[in-house]
Amino acid sequence: MATTTTALTTVEPVGARPRRAPGALAGFLRVFLRDRQAVVGVVIIAIAGGAALLAPLISPWDPLSAGGAERLSPIGTPGHLLGTDEQGRDILSRLIWGGRASLLVGILPTVAAGLVALALGLSAGSAGGITDHVIMRALDVFFAFPLVLLAIAIVGVIGPGMQNQMFALAVVLVPYSTRVVRTATLSVKPLEFVEAARALGASRARLLARHLLPNVLPPLVVYTTTLVGMMIVASAGLSFLGLGVQPPTPDWGVMVGNGRLVLYRAAHVATIPGIVIVVVALAFNFVGDGLREALDPRARR
Amino acid sequence: MDEARVTIYVIQRLVGLVPVLFGISIVIFLTMKLIPGDVARALLGPMATDQSLAQLRHALGLDEAIYVQYGKWLWRALQGDLGLSPIVHKPVMDILLPKFGNTLILAGASFFLAVVGGVAVGVLAASRRHGLIDRAVMGASLVIGNMPPFWLGLVLIVFFAINLRWLPSLGMYSARGPGGLEDLLAHLVLPTIATAAAPGAIIARMTRASVLEILGQDYIKVARSKGLSDRAVLATHALRVAWPAILTISGLQLGYLLGGAVFTEEVFGWPGLGKQLVSSVIARDVQVVQGAALFIALSFVLVNLAVDLLNLYLDPRSRPA
Repeated sequence: MATTTTALTTVEPVGARPRRAPGALAGFLRVFLRDRQAVVGVVIIAIAGGAALLAPLISPWDPLSAGGAERLSPIGTPGHLLGTDEQGRDILSRLIWGGRASLLVGILPTVAAGLVALALGLSAGSAGGITDHVIMRALDVFFAFPLVLLAIAIVGVIGPGMQNQMFALAVVLVPYSTRVVRTATLSVKPLEFVEAARALGASRARLLARHLLPNVLPPLVVYTTTLVGMMIVASAGLSFLGLGVQPPTPDWGVMVGNGRLVLYRAAHVATIPGIVIVVVALAFNFVGDGLREALDPRARR
Repeated sequence: MDEARVTIYVIQRLVGLVPVLFGISIVIFLTMKLIPGDVARALLGPMATDQSLAQLRHALGLDEAIYVQYGKWLWRALQGDLGLSPIVHKPVMDILLPKFGNTLILAGASFFLAVVGGVAVGVLAASRRHGLIDRAVMGASLVIGNMPPFWLGLVLIVFFAINLRWLPSLGMYSARGPGGLEDLLAHLVLPTIATAAAPGAIIARMTRASVLEILGQDYIKVARSKGLSDRAVLATHALRVAWPAILTISGLQLGYLLGGAVFTEEVFGWPGLGKQLVSSVIARDVQVVQGAALFIALSFVLVNLAVDLLNLYLDPRSRPA
């Protein structure tokens, strides 16, 4: 349909208002929605996120108490679709409620790190010189630590807990995202339209906001989305180790950690939440890939 | 190859490490100073008198200026003295050194498996581009690359230790067994697979991509058109050029692998640096946490340097002109 409408614009009667070129958003959506994997990813994230938001309405049981149910019931027990855990709590209900903590600790630190990185990377890339040097050399120190290990060490200093877990993850991600923003800034800065704006006397603030930012955001958004997938795995790992979200709060990582203690008697208690983690992490990867295709014309096949 | 230039490059690279190592030491030292609480009180307990606290602070140098403390700390650290654990009452170095060796065994085996497995699978997929094998490999690597290592470890235990009873699931040696290399290897299998899986999957995907990129180039077409078999083209022309890229990719996965090893050490009760780090974090033994962080950062920086230098040796294009 899109092609016929554009073809029609050429034969429109004189005097008609010029038809708007297909908006950037429409073009983006057209490419993104054609990507089946990306759509599947969005659907999975919507289901997990929607279930977490609507948990009080849709959760069949209380995630925190057994309510007289049998312990370690297997998958398919009447009334407990995915069985019950070592305390007799309904696993499905805990998965639904667990999405709240698990998604939050995966998404929030990544987005926060992205915002900090935007400020740092834009400053470093646009200013160049000594500013660039100081920022990037300082961040180089962080690259000397493997990411997850650094997060664990930070939690070790400030203490376990959900807030500290999110803080630690945000800190370790800043250098990575900053690198992406700086690279994008440097690739746009020497282009003609930026030169032209500068020659026309645009202020530094205007250059940053109108010319650099719009070109830096797409790669950052793509990177951040893929990173969220990784961070859902990493933050679940911290919670699994007992360093993040604390029991009895339901969380997918905490659930795997609890299930580990009854692995020999009822393997499903530990394995089911892990499957949810993998599926949701994959979904964010799919969406990230779809965004890359849709936002970057050069990546389109 | 210009020997002098390469030597200069290597020296530059080594000198470039100095500010990074300096930065690492400052970050680690400052975190110790930022923790709330009084070290002297923690060591002496709640019954300590003010006088004994002051004495201990003086003995530990805690009443000196912060840069003097840093200087002394760094000097001792350079000599291998990382202080005393207030929880276990043992020198931090004595706690960490044996654990470091155990982690090297696990990380080394996992890295080997991830690189050999990942490259083999990646090359296989590239040679069967868009075929059934290629699609299966790419799909599987996507899923495996997103698996939490701690969960994969548990799944492996369920299958191979609980159901099939093929392999042990805990520790490095059996408590009542023959011990020796055979026992160690049996205990090494499952944690190695769990640690290597995700980085191996990523190496496979990237190897496939870089081999495919090379296979699309003109000189490969020339090699094909002069009648070389696909296998010969792959082995003698494509792989030689792809190696440095594959090496770099593999090196980049090392940090990821070391992070994953923390979880597998915990799951499989492997007495390594990661497991020690986690139990010290839970015990709030900051001295040991810092020592472990220093150990990990140092070895990580050195391994990255080694990868760079190996690349320099293997790939003439990466040499400074």
